[in-house]
Amino acid sequence: MAHEILAATNAVVTLDVGIPGIVWPWLVTVNMWAKSIGTGAIFMLFILLRMYPEQAGKLRLPTALLAFVSINIFLLFTLADLHQPFRMWHIFVYSNWTSAIAIGSFMASTFLGLLTLLAFFAYKKNYETFDKVLLWTTILAIPVTLYTASLMAQCTARELWQMPAESAQMILAALLAGSAAMILLGGNSLNDEAKRTLGVILGLSALMAFIIYMSEYIFGPMKAEEIAATIGYIKSGGEWSVAFWIGQWMTYILPMLFIVLSRTSNSDSILKLAAILALVGLAIVKHVWLVIPQLLPMS
Amino acid sequence: MQLGFLVDLRLCMGCKGCEIACKVENEVPLSTWRLRVKYVDVGTFPETKRTFTPLRCNHCENAPCERICPVSALHYLENGIVNIDKERCIGCAGCVMACPYGAIYIDPHTHTADKCTYCAHRVASSMMPACVVACPVQANIFGDLEDPTSNISKYIQVNQGGVQVRKPEKGTNPHHFYVGGGNVTLNPLASERVKGHSLFNNITTLPVGGHH
Repeated sequence: MAHEILAATNAVVTLDVGIPGIVWPWLVTVNMWAKSIGTGAIFMLFILLRMYPEQAGKLRLPTALLAFVSINIFLLFTLADLHQPFRMWHIFVYSNWTSAIAIGSFMASTFLGLLTLLAFFAYKKNYETFDKVLLWTTILAIPVTLYTASLMAQCTARELWQMPAESAQMILAALLAGSAAMILLGGNSLNDEAKRTLGVILGLSALMAFIIYMSEYIFGPMKAEEIAATIGYIKSGGEWSVAFWIGQWMTYILPMLFIVLSRTSNSDSILKLAAILALVGLAIVKHVWLVIPQLLPMS
Repeated sequence: MQLGFLVDLRLCMGCKGCEIACKVENEVPLSTWRLRVKYVDVGTFPETKRTFTPLRCNHCENAPCERICPVSALHYLENGIVNIDKERCIGCAGCVMACPYGAIYIDPHTHTADKCTYCAHRVASSMMPACVVACPVQANIFGDLEDPTSNISKYIQVNQGGVQVRKPEKGTNPHHFYVGGGNVTLNPLASERVKGHSLFNNITTLPVGGHH
């Protein structure tokens, strides 16, 4: 509706001392990216231990350490993004239970505690207890993955961040990042069949995430003028358009092609290349989707 | 009591007296604004006119900023004002992102969120907000929406059909109304923002919160 009015009125803002644009910068991108790896690795370890217990057994300690480091990076960048980082403890003392940030902080802290236990039990080779703790860690990894989507959905006027689509994207990002990380971490521990399984998870999560992005790209603007204006930043050319398409190719299109290629040629190297591209590209995709709604004028 | 604001855009002449009064009263730092007046030029020369829209926190009944704040630094007062406790704020900027009206900013001095509080400190002393006092044409009308004898209630009664809020589709139920507004004044997407096409081209904008 707004663009018809615009055409009729030729209205131009001639003075508005706007609020600065990018409020959540690249630090938040790193936060989301590292969290995807941390929770995704746990999902993958859970699946591998059930499908290939012999081989995946060797990955208990490396995966627990990878997830532990990733979640620490996620928490560190969350802290660094605060303008008053030394007041972080307020979240635990003055918690507002309607806030996804508050609920997420409790869940992420508990998740980190469980990861510490996992690393400890893996180091002590107490695999029975490890597997029991892993079950609860995997269950908790689901809401930890999803809470950022809830947080984005609570940003009322950033229409691009719709809750159903964002939750799906968060889970798919975790599956993509987790499978990619495990392909690289697995090395010689996993046989070809296990690697193929990881490749299928990577390829399918890439395909589904790509379909959601393209659906939003094509159909989103038909639903709301704010989405149309936001998607306009990647449709009208310029730096965000370039970044968006680089991200789509690196994270989804090329890894899908490389996974098919790796299966037909039985090549480990091509599979690893797909995993690296997906991991690097995911950061670009996340960053573009984080920034473009912030470019929209709110006043 | 439910305090609310109404701006009669037919009276506003864009003098920015409210903006300055707010700055002085609340010691709002340079490059940040609790209240600002947006100018939009409409039409094609020589058939043009300029519109003025004072923009401030809408003190929503269903405030997204209050909902997203992890530490309840943003909270409701009994009189309906959405207030902020700067000592409690952790500066996560969730409220800045959640506000559909772009009314919240990170104070570059305190590194905490800040916004219009309807001059809650003045209201507590039975005084009018600074912007209301400064307005030379009484375009800003402030009072109790639940009191049918208050100026704002009477104004809403008289102008029933013309009373609007910004972005009603967001379900925030703002307690900030406009009379005499239209899409051009109230919808940010109904006007273009052309780079360099501004009355003042050298507006200083500090990085968000001063350190990112």
